Amino acid sequence: MSDLHFPWLELSILIPMIGAVFVNRLRDPVQARTWSVVASGLTLMSAFAAWEDFGLLNAKEADDAWHLLSRIFGREVFVIDQLSAPLLPLTALLYTLTIFTTLRTKIRRFSFPWTLVSEAITLATLSCKLPWLVIALLAASTIPPFLELRARGRSTRVYALHMGLFVGLLVVGGAFVTTEGERVHSLLAVVPLLAAVCVRSGMFPFHCWMTDLFEKSTFGTAILTTVPIAGAYAAIRLVLPIAPGWVLQSIGVISLVTAVYAAGMALIQKEGRRFFCYLFLSHSALVLSGLEMVTSIGLTGALCVWLSMILSLGGFGLTLRALEARRGRLSLIDFQGLYPHTPTLAVCFALTGLASVGFPGTAGFVGGELLVDGAVETYPHFGIAVVIAAALNGIAVVQAYFRLFMGKIHVSTVDLSIGRRERIAVLTLIALLLLGGLYPQFIVESRHHAAEELLEQRAALGNGDAPSHEP
Amino acid sequence: MWELDSWIQALGVTVVAAPALLLAVLGLLSLLGRLKSEQTVGRIVQVGVVIGLLASLALLGLMLATGRRQIEFGLGHWVSIPHYDFWIKFEFDRLNVPFALLTFILCGTISAFATRYMHRESGYVRFFVLFALFQLGMIVTSLACTIETLFAGWEMVGLSSALLVAFFQERPAPVRNGLRVWIVYRVSDAALLMASVVVHHLTGSGDFDNFLGRAAWPEGHGSLEGSSALLVGLLLLLAAAGKSALIPFCGWLPRAMEGPTPSSAVFYGALSVHLGAFLLLRVSPILDVSPPLCVVIVVLGLATALFASLAGRVQTDIKSALSFASLTQVGLIVAEIGLGFRYIALIHIIGHACLRTLQFVRAPTLLRDYNTIENAIGDRLPPGAVLLPRRFSDRVAAWFYRLALERGYFDAILTDWLVRPFVCIFQWCETLERRWTDFLTGGPARDLELPQSPTRTLDDLL
Repeated sequence: MSDLHFPWLELSILIPMIGAVFVNRLRDPVQARTWSVVASGLTLMSAFAAWEDFGLLNAKEADDAWHLLSRIFGREVFVIDQLSAPLLPLTALLYTLTIFTTLRTKIRRFSFPWTLVSEAITLATLSCKLPWLVIALLAASTIPPFLELRARGRSTRVYALHMGLFVGLLVVGGAFVTTEGERVHSLLAVVPLLAAVCVRSGMFPFHCWMTDLFEKSTFGTAILTTVPIAGAYAAIRLVLPIAPGWVLQSIGVISLVTAVYAAGMALIQKEGRRFFCYLFLSHSALVLSGLEMVTSIGLTGALCVWLSMILSLGGFGLTLRALEARRGRLSLIDFQGLYPHTPTLAVCFALTGLASVGFPGTAGFVGGELLVDGAVETYPHFGIAVVIAAALNGIAVVQAYFRLFMGKIHVSTVDLSIGRRERIAVLTLIALLLLGGLYPQFIVESRHHAAEELLEQRAALGNGDAPSHEP
Repeated sequence: MWELDSWIQALGVTVVAAPALLLAVLGLLSLLGRLKSEQTVGRIVQVGVVIGLLASLALLGLMLATGRRQIEFGLGHWVSIPHYDFWIKFEFDRLNVPFALLTFILCGTISAFATRYMHRESGYVRFFVLFALFQLGMIVTSLACTIETLFAGWEMVGLSSALLVAFFQERPAPVRNGLRVWIVYRVSDAALLMASVVVHHLTGSGDFDNFLGRAAWPEGHGSLEGSSALLVGLLLLLAAAGKSALIPFCGWLPRAMEGPTPSSAVFYGALSVHLGAFLLLRVSPILDVSPPLCVVIVVLGLATALFASLAGRVQTDIKSALSFASLTQVGLIVAEIGLGFRYIALIHIIGHACLRTLQFVRAPTLLRDYNTIENAIGDRLPPGAVLLPRRFSDRVAAWFYRLALERGYFDAILTDWLVRPFVCIFQWCETLERRWTDFLTGGPARDLELPQSPTRTLDDLL
């Protein structure tokens, strides 16, 4: 295995941890935000450096330089590969922008130390390939939102029940996989892991914890807990290599049903957060369905959509969060007419929303096409669900845009226009979305390589054929 | 010294790049809040349109001078991985040269008109940004040489149309109508996307050459046959029906008149409304190999023309009347395509687009024109002549009148049979979910409720 030139991965996990400890000691919330931005900014730089360094190595997989953790644990703990390389900086970017755009009015409610802890756990998960460590990190990632719900005095039962089930299924599945050793794994090992992925990704009927979390936690925490789609990562690391094709494709059909169901639910929502939650669920289900197709095109499409989702739905969520900070919970029952007060926010809302549904010229367009292509190839009868879900999501986004920004003259005595921090954050995401849309080859090619590697890993474990490399 | 092909490539790129740059410049400047002066916006738009028009005229001149009937130019592989290729490739032939020229000429005319018509409107810059998006969508769609490229342009046209219908955003009616237009367009987009995927699977790529033949339009021979051709053709027809407001999607066209007159003129009188017909002309080699498909197209076209003619007679405002008159002609054009009259359909599109644009831009001053004429002749204008002698009983005539007045009940049918059941099913699911989370929580799960307004559901907003 190749080595990076510097321990970027360990740094990108260590910096937010140290940052969390430091910020936790600060009494002034404004200072806490400032130092959190610094810590997550440094983390972002480190994660980006890891991606760049990995790109220069031209390797399939790379370990950190100096092998600090490897010496302690006796094996490679954090590695970077084709799959995780772009996910790390994008996730770090999402955390940085979320912290950066937290307004003064909200800084007392939003826990910066726990957000940094959550960032460290998420980046560690994305850098890890060891099954039990992935399971442990995924379990640990459920704790910060739980603590926030408790701190806010909200009911934690729905969240705790689902996350308890998730962790339990992971442990059971992991135990069976370990017991069965290297041979082809039985359904007793595969099904609990697959069910755990469904719970974490909010597949129907295990999605209620997500709507509950969006309603009860801060919007920032909800975005950061869901948008990086930890469930998809669990699927790739824990399930994809060992599950038989027919099991994956059966679950793929459930994902497609979830995609359409959530898109339909997004259309009838009367409140902004729940609308965002269902929109996210629909997209997350589409990504999962692509992963379960186990074809080169489907996997490539799913991985592309995953990346574009982090940017687009991340930006969309931040825009909604900015609106909510000005207006309180957003009603989608009536027209709000906010456009004249905050035109830039309206444009950002429309652009990120349309990017999430794969509008031409944005990063999701080609990924969406690949996903549809893969879906029709794998599920000739159910593949149309991807198209239906995309169509419904598109309608839902424009409907929400119309209701929030148009339809009446809104009179406000306070300034509702976009702030400097929010403008920087959302414009950064939009620039990346447009760049990815106008020059998609780089990302699509890298996702294709990642998909081919995943298929090769499956083939090496006796599940499916290795991908063919002829053009 | 440049070779001829280099000139062709450069001009071709300019034709597409001019509207793309126009959109980029207007979009970026408005997003950064740097676009304040109406004069600057007007000049930028004029320059963009004129450059595109001159480049397409030069390309046409080269085609005529060299006798080439078909010129392809590509921007290379946009995305290329094993088993998947996305070419950005455009084509100039006898079908899309007239359409591209028509787009530039009408967009140029209307933008010049709009710089005055929209003077001091609060959404002046927004109008021109959306107008630029529309122009780019039209050019990409009309010059596309692969079905994926066509789809990209198709979506741009749809979005800009819906947002311009909702342009007067301080009132709820235009916004509701914009949403309805968008919903129909999304159905149309979904059909086109499915057609694109099916073509990809059947022929290995979305290149028009692969499934429409390499010969210049309209002489290509489709490689799809039998049921494949019928399936792809029906999906494309569904896409065309949504975009061109054919039956049963015709309800959105008069609603689209809520937008500013310049956009109504160029979208629903001239270009956008003909895009469905253009798509059918583009894929006409598929029609040639599937007689049942042709029959469906002719029937749909004639039915639309008949209905629109009937509905247009009872409209009480000029823009609605013009929209149904437009639809009548579009129906006839579609029928002509189904019958195999490709050139007639193309000439019909061009003539109709120009005439209707003129009528639309004159519509706001119609009453004033009538007054001027009446003042000049010193008397009232004579009532319009009855074109057909009355052949029906009063009861039948009343039935037809009501049918026309209710616009064929198509909107009501779509709402009652599609939208309402859809909303009811998902509201029922929402109730079940609420009960489930309440059960898990051991009490009411939602501690924050928005004010309930039972009368304002999705279908009310529609």
